[in-house]
Amino acid sequence: MVDIIRKQVIPGDVIVTGDYRPGSFVQRRGNDMVALRVGLAEVAQNGVKVIPLSGAYMPRAEDMVVGKVVNVTGYGWEADINSCFVGYLPGQFVFGRDFSPATHDLMTRFRVGDLLLAKIEAFDRTKDPQLSIRGPGLGKIPQGEIVRISPMKVPRLIGRKGYMINMIADLTACNVKVGQNGMIVVDGTPEGTEKAVAAINLVQEGAHMADLTARVQRLLGAPVTPEPAAEGDSGE
Amino acid sequence: MTEEKRRLIDENGIRTDGRRWDELRPLKIEVGVVKNADGSALIEWGKNKIIAAVYGPKEMHPKHLELADRAFLKCRYHMAPFSVEERKNPAPSRREIEISKVIREALQPALFLEDYPRTAIQVYVEVLQSDGGSRVAGVTASALALADAGINMRDLVVGCAVGKVDGKVVLDLNDIEDKEGSGDMPFTFMPNLNQVTLLQMDGLFTLDEFKQAVELGKAGGMKVYQAQREALLKRYFDGAAPDSSAPAAEMMEA
Repeated sequence: MVDIIRKQVIPGDVIVTGDYRPGSFVQRRGNDMVALRVGLAEVAQNGVKVIPLSGAYMPRAEDMVVGKVVNVTGYGWEADINSCFVGYLPGQFVFGRDFSPATHDLMTRFRVGDLLLAKIEAFDRTKDPQLSIRGPGLGKIPQGEIVRISPMKVPRLIGRKGYMINMIADLTACNVKVGQNGMIVVDGTPEGTEKAVAAINLVQEGAHMADLTARVQRLLGAPVTPEPAAEGDSGE
Repeated sequence: MTEEKRRLIDENGIRTDGRRWDELRPLKIEVGVVKNADGSALIEWGKNKIIAAVYGPKEMHPKHLELADRAFLKCRYHMAPFSVEERKNPAPSRREIEISKVIREALQPALFLEDYPRTAIQVYVEVLQSDGGSRVAGVTASALALADAGINMRDLVVGCAVGKVDGKVVLDLNDIEDKEGSGDMPFTFMPNLNQVTLLQMDGLFTLDEFKQAVELGKAGGMKVYQAQREALLKRYFDGAAPDSSAPAAEMMEA
């Protein structure tokens, strides 16, 4: 295993000095690697990054998000994706390349208030994020309860290889759709939904706790089993 | 000139509130006090009680003011009507408008506004109880609120006022010294970058006094920075060691 050093940092802190590659939320100042956010800094062999503990959702291409349609324009839909930018879903992405506002009625597909599970197709500094619903499981979410959590806690809610979220879904028999923007839709029986929402809120409040999995299992009335080891826990 | 005025430093070098020339007033900082805000902080510094709340980055309204390449930083310093002995008219006064501007300019160098194009970041500084040095206390609290809101920052910003009382340069003026003293100098800086972001001066300082005041302000500011650090770490880590068992930032599909 690669040695990873973790450190609690606040903006302006020097994480480490030396020849490293500055990753997310890290700036190089001379030979110093400086944190730009409150969070946990990780120093690996070559790179340094900060895992922020607070902050709003900033769209990133390829992210899965849950959005709520807030406006239907002549050429597409605008969705609230829990960000400072409005997600835009163009008509072509739904009706195909021969989409024409004259022949297609956007209101037949999505109306204001509808929930979408979408992917961020493209986003840069100059334009609002573009959404797409092409892909398995993407599209309108017919029903469910929305829960909002901090977008920074979403990785913890999902867990290693989806362990935490699958566990919540299995134990409550609910269908849980997690957007990386911190919007979650829970669909199931009223009792199951209530339990799943409580579990999600517990993860949000206790994301830093070491025995979180056990706490969630206890909340959901399941036998407490340890989370699988970090083996194979790698990737970007 | 000053013979009829009351003395603000006695023969033992003790000031009106019992401090020596280089001592700060009692300081207490708490982060995350306003639930509805994206980031917030409360600072109690001497008799000052100030809440700073940050909202954003959010959509810019009115739209025509949005900036194509960076966020619009909006600051509002406001004194509550009950923050002073005689009721203060809640409408923004000349002084509050000026302080809003200098707070904005004191915070701006620390922020990566270019990371949030076309958005707005709002900073509200609400003075609940006022004492001397409320603008530097406001900047200190706002910097914490911005860090709490998760906005990319080069460094925190920390402030401390310095002044001239009875011909002597002293640290951290209280209200009486501010009003009856012969000069005051609010001073904010970024402690790690060692860069000044705000420096105002009221009254007359000789060049030597000015240099002495800046050094004193820096030393005082570093003490405030320690309190600021502790408050922020307490909010996020509560003194606990980093939890190495929690999964890393890897995003995993559900």
